[in-house]
Amino acid sequence: MVCESRKTQLDTYLDGELPSEEMHVFDAHVRICPSCAADALARVQMKRTVHVAGKRFTPSAEFRRRVQQSVAAKPRRGLARFGWMTAPAVIAVLVVAGLTASYVGRQRVHQEQIYSELADLHVATLASSSPVDVVSSDRHTVKPWFQGKVPFTFDLPELQNSEFSLLGGRITYLGQTSGAHLIYAVRKHRISVFIFQEGSVRGRWDEESPVTKELSFNMETWSQGSLRYCILGDAAAADINNLAELLKRAAGS
Amino acid sequence: MEPQSGSFEELAMPLFDQLYNFAHWLTRNRDEAEDLVQETYAKALKGFSSFQLGTNFRAWMYRILRNTFLTSRTGLKATMTVPLDSEEDEPELALERETPETILIERSNWQLVHSAIDQLPVHFREVLLLCEVEEMSYQEIAETLSIPIGTVMSRLSRARKTLGGRLRQDLHKEQNHGLRVSEDTARHIPRR
Repeated sequence: MVCESRKTQLDTYLDGELPSEEMHVFDAHVRICPSCAADALARVQMKRTVHVAGKRFTPSAEFRRRVQQSVAAKPRRGLARFGWMTAPAVIAVLVVAGLTASYVGRQRVHQEQIYSELADLHVATLASSSPVDVVSSDRHTVKPWFQGKVPFTFDLPELQNSEFSLLGGRITYLGQTSGAHLIYAVRKHRISVFIFQEGSVRGRWDEESPVTKELSFNMETWSQGSLRYCILGDAAAADINNLAELLKRAAGS
Repeated sequence: MEPQSGSFEELAMPLFDQLYNFAHWLTRNRDEAEDLVQETYAKALKGFSSFQLGTNFRAWMYRILRNTFLTSRTGLKATMTVPLDSEEDEPELALERETPETILIERSNWQLVHSAIDQLPVHFREVLLLCEVEEMSYQEIAETLSIPIGTVMSRLSRARKTLGGRLRQDLHKEQNHGLRVSEDTARHIPRR
């Protein structure tokens, strides 16, 4: 019986993912237990086989060169053509213009990148065979499920008299930061609600217009109570806005 | 400090071979794998300024590649055909002592192993390759696939079981085929 319970952890042990104390206990056990040792050997052989067999495909040199060129740092242009007399003025203008353009450009890139990643997460989640890890329409089930999984907590709205329904939630990651991803339904549309700690995801959020279009998805984002909320889906802008209002009221109550 | 494009090249190009390998396993096609890798590098370069230095660059690159794949036509098709089995944690079965896998490995029949990995549903294939080929930790895999660690473990366990089952099946088929061939050959040997 003892061995059977250990065997359920054998893969975790061989993957080196057990806590160090348990690793030592396991090491000692495998040395004296022929049954576990035999199983461990078979699994190690299997791991090695997949490791070698999995390294199967190699890119062509031409393809590597193409990608390398596309990501290579662009060479800087010299200032010689402006003449040495005008160089300080030109440098000053270029510095100011460069700083401004780089700041604006950087903000735009941040924003586009974040929106694009959120749209990817939304589509990938809906395409998944198991879009949510906690399946429940009850906010009192979904919210506690996130305890200990994300470094914050949040409130979800009561939906009894609304046309929205909660389908469930899952952990998500954006920019190496964990957050909550909730899926709501309105009629046949699915809407993603992402919640992250404000400041943990770098980038500028466009809050000027209530609902913006990103890759044809409607999207709304706002900050409340040190949390960053993003709603994204193919539902009408009014629906996105209504759900945002419900969430804002819940967070503010 | 903002990361520079030069450092993107330095960080990203060493991952090129392994990203391509992973992309080819996902798409099962050279042209599509090249498109996927190219798009991944373009997206990553564009978003590199928002990448936080000191965090896991490799997981970030794999996540971009994987999300790009999932939103492609091939990716959507692949995920739609995944069996809707429960992903709840389930007790892991111990492998049989006398494993056909051991015999298989001794024979070094790589074609069967390649085929068995290739036949795995995409969710199993990706988690298995990230763990065994890329040797990512459970935490890295969780970040790459945007799933909790518990799901990584249960998915990995099921992927291994499915792979073992397929290999066992294929090996038996091979053995039976071999026996049949020997019998046929014996029948054609002229008797004296």
